[in-house]
Amino acid sequence: MSVPVVNYLVLSAVLFAVGTLGVLSRRNALILFMSIELMLNAVNLAFIAFARQWGDMAGQVIVFFVLVVAAAEVVVGLAIIINIFRTRETVDVDDVDRLRG
Amino acid sequence: MEARDFLALTPLLIVTGTALFVLVLDLFLREERRGWLSGLSLLGVVAAFLANLSLPTFREPLVQGMIRFDALTQFLNAVFLLGCGLAVMLSADYARRQGMARGEYYCLVLLSTLGAMLMGASADLLMLFLGLETLSIPLYVLATFTRRNPASQEAGLKYFLLGAFSSALFLYGIALLYGATGTTKLDGVLQGLSSAMGTAPGLVLGGLGLLLVGLAFKAAAVPFHTWAPDVYEGAPTSVTAFMAVAAKAGAFAAFLRVLAISTPALAEGWALVVGWLAVLTMALGNVVAVVQLNLKRLLAYSSIAHAGYLLIAVAVGQTGALSEPASAGLLFYLLVYTLMTLGAFGVVIVAEGRGENLSLEDMKGLAWRYPWVGLAMALFMVSLAGLPPTAGFFAKFYVFRAAVEAGSWGVLLAIVGVIASVISVFYYLRVVYYLYLRPAPAPVAAAATEGEGEEEPGRPVYLSRLAAWGLGIAAVSVLFLGVYPTAALRWLVEIAAAAMSALP
Repeated sequence: MSVPVVNYLVLSAVLFAVGTLGVLSRRNALILFMSIELMLNAVNLAFIAFARQWGDMAGQVIVFFVLVVAAAEVVVGLAIIINIFRTRETVDVDDVDRLRG
Repeated sequence: MEARDFLALTPLLIVTGTALFVLVLDLFLREERRGWLSGLSLLGVVAAFLANLSLPTFREPLVQGMIRFDALTQFLNAVFLLGCGLAVMLSADYARRQGMARGEYYCLVLLSTLGAMLMGASADLLMLFLGLETLSIPLYVLATFTRRNPASQEAGLKYFLLGAFSSALFLYGIALLYGATGTTKLDGVLQGLSSAMGTAPGLVLGGLGLLLVGLAFKAAAVPFHTWAPDVYEGAPTSVTAFMAVAAKAGAFAAFLRVLAISTPALAEGWALVVGWLAVLTMALGNVVAVVQLNLKRLLAYSSIAHAGYLLIAVAVGQTGALSEPASAGLLFYLLVYTLMTLGAFGVVIVAEGRGENLSLEDMKGLAWRYPWVGLAMALFMVSLAGLPPTAGFFAKFYVFRAAVEAGSWGVLLAIVGVIASVISVFYYLRVVYYLYLRPAPAPVAAAATEGEGEEEPGRPVYLSRLAAWGLGIAAVSVLFLGVYPTAALRWLVEIAAAAMSALP
């Protein structure tokens, strides 16, 4: 009773889409950040599913690298967000608008 | 690991070692000895530069197929290290004035350079991603380095959120290509792509598309450029200078590596999509730059516009495999772009006292007070505009010529490029106009007749010896490559040919 690989891929695509929508629609920096993490983990799921499909270990190894990179991003990202919160008491990205693109 | 793996890694190891050493050394240095840090970083960069150029090259991928050390890697490494070295030279005194001359600053600059070098050397999509992250994460920190300054905080946050978002897109692209071909090795992907196009075209197209979007974000190509002006303006100027060069050069190095994997079947679509990106980027970058009065923003839009010219080379460089003239043009453009952009930002760095944002008005009469700095700025502006006898002219000339040779779509791109360059002449020469044609702030006698007792003396320029050397090297190189470009170009064509022949 194995679940076909394609189900995992669909789940991964859905998670990735949810993450992307979150980044595009939410305004709280922390939620944006969580959405990005969701996208990265969706990618991890895709890697594992594809590794299973090809019977290839490389895909699973890549996941470890991605996890480490995501951890590094968390460290830097949270530091940046906390630093902003200390001076402005808000992490809403709409309030962070001194510079106008 | 074999001996030759270590040989190929030597420049990378030197940069890493220097970065870590600088970080630790900072703890043991007294405040007044902090100057050593910049000197030491520079020493490491020079050592890596020399090691890089003296090492033999290898045709096949090394370190278990993760990186290549071929002529292309060698050239890209040289460009990155040149950019890093110049950035350190220009920023040493500025960092001291801003109170950010700590070990972390140099460590992060070096690590970011390491990331760019990894990208240029990568023979595997995973390596490309790791290089991209090693390049970007230090840049997020650097952008927010003056952490009490609200503008810098905001620059860091914006750069981080959009950068991490684009990295995720890039990574999903890699996952899809892995799913289509069963490997992440660039060679393997190239071989598997034609058959994968038959079985799973969605995965291939989606994967390549997401890779393209991820890299376009890093290169600040329209419509993925929105972060660039804000981040460039908010970040400390020395960081902006480094970021404008390192992130862009890294992205285009990755473009060159990824370019080599798409098959002839995809060439036409690739040329069309990237071509449109180039057109949009050139149009928006140049038109918006015209109305900018803030110097850093102007240079930010200028750097967006230059991404457009570089994208032309990427678009037409795809006729089955790397095409030599387009790739050689792209490499030459990258080298020249590094020199002239760092030079232009370098002048802004030395003209900036303590973190204020310079406008065009602040450049008024600068050339009369500091003739050499003014002359250098004028030279960089003329080069960015692409006028002879500077290197910028030949950089554009080679890219446009390669485009014209590539067929009717290429001709169209070249025409748009020329029109965009003509627009750009206006805003670049306006800077030169402010430098020279406006008289210096009125001398005391004239001011008295106008009834204003004290006219402020002109803005000072903080020209340390190291910064002067940096500006001098950039200016002389821009002039030399403009007067005598053939030698460099002949070398680059050989590199492009060698890189092409190394492909399966």
